Amino acid sequence: MDNSLLLQLVTGSVIGLGAGYVGSFMVLRRMSLVGDALSHVALPGIAIALLFNFNPFFGAFAALLVAIFGIWLLEKRTELPSETLVGIFFTLSLAIGLLLTPEPEILEALFGNIAQITNIDLAIAIIAVAIIFVIMRKISNNLMLGIISKELAQALKIPVNKINLIFLFLVAIVVALGLKIAGTLLMGSLVIIPAAAAKNASVNLSQYTRLAVLFGALSAIGGLLLARYFGIVPGPTIVLTAGVIFLGTLVFKK
Amino acid sequence: MNDNILLKVENLDIKFNSDEVIKNLNFSVNQGDVLAVVGPNGAGKSVLFRALLGLIPYSGKIKWNENLKISYIPQKFAIDRELPLSAEEFLSFKKKSQKEIIDVLVSVGVGAEHRNEPAHQLRHITDHVLKQRLGWLSGGQLQRVLIAWALLDNPDVLLFDEPTSGIDVGGEETIYSMLKKLHSERKLTMLLISHDLNIVYRYANNVLCLNKEMICYGSPATALDSSALVKLYGDEAGFYKHEDHHH
Repeated sequence: MDNSLLLQLVTGSVIGLGAGYVGSFMVLRRMSLVGDALSHVALPGIAIALLFNFNPFFGAFAALLVAIFGIWLLEKRTELPSETLVGIFFTLSLAIGLLLTPEPEILEALFGNIAQITNIDLAIAIIAVAIIFVIMRKISNNLMLGIISKELAQALKIPVNKINLIFLFLVAIVVALGLKIAGTLLMGSLVIIPAAAAKNASVNLSQYTRLAVLFGALSAIGGLLLARYFGIVPGPTIVLTAGVIFLGTLVFKK
Repeated sequence: MNDNILLKVENLDIKFNSDEVIKNLNFSVNQGDVLAVVGPNGAGKSVLFRALLGLIPYSGKIKWNENLKISYIPQKFAIDRELPLSAEEFLSFKKKSQKEIIDVLVSVGVGAEHRNEPAHQLRHITDHVLKQRLGWLSGGQLQRVLIAWALLDNPDVLLFDEPTSGIDVGGEETIYSMLKKLHSERKLTMLLISHDLNIVYRYANNVLCLNKEMICYGSPATALDSSALVKLYGDEAGFYKHEDHHH
């Protein structure tokens, strides 16, 4: 196994772990499509990073921060599902991103480019995913209570809105991380599909999050190996691997 | 004034935008009271509870005794069948030991049909309740788990919005007799929202009739006279008036 494949596999599986964990609560909060749309918002950020020559991770992350803050305000101010506004706002940002992205880089921005991954990317991924795990462990019970009943959580003096904002912040981190391996078009699926598969096969929360994390890493590893074998970009093979795992879990559906 | 007063509400007004939901409400609750809040749909009963818990803005005064532990069970607690959360995990959010959790489940009557064989009851509780998804429990089981959840903190006061919504008639009776038992065993003060006036007569020592403003207040036998019922529910109210049922 050459070094670059090893680097890709390690980076990919670390990102897959984080995507599975964050994704598990996105699915429970019925944010599956938000996750998908959210990854499109990263495109203008990547475009600006490419134009001004800095690491696209930070450009994407900045764009995502703006977007999650918007979602948070919408969730806080209205009880209405924010689907329509999210749909409009996020496809518009995809359009703007497409216009801004320099032509030669457009495929890389849309589908990721794992071949260019460096040790620095691996270091960023490890640190970011470690942060995600620490914070998720702290907030997951309160997030869950907020999902069951917002009133029940508030009656226990749980700061529901603050916890939602922290969670969305973790969503932004994980989506920005995954852009390199899955690209803006497909990263949303790496967050959602492993969690959806885990939900089929688990009765309780700890089983669910563990399986989501495991499926996230497996999707990344399987997808990267397939991409290498067929000599294609890994985004689609990662998502397809996750899809196969999802179909497999339907057999065990509780 | 009574030393045992635990909650005092004075001139309470609640508005949503320009809509007056509760107007000039005054009442108090003594330690050990069972206060039933009755009224038609949209009368502001749940809103009153939320204000008592400090979850929504209001004007006027809501004064609880200091250092009270208040537990709240909100209304319409529908849980998605697909939610991957076991009853045990839900109850463990309160950071209590498994023994405390099982004790409280026994005290709210989970697995009571096996109460003559403790080992059997224990197995029933772990296998058929704790290890199950919360969304798989029947309406009655779920309601008991929620009451157990509220009791795990050893509260002084229990606020309970429609204790029997979603439970069949037979189950209603057992939930109320269980609440009555808890009330006497734990010296719990309870505020209940209820639709069922029969329940109010049998279990509450005080009643507050609410239809945006206070219609009546006092012991059920005297406060719930026919004029109060007409104001609450309209002309068909006579129909609701308590008659002695011989069971």
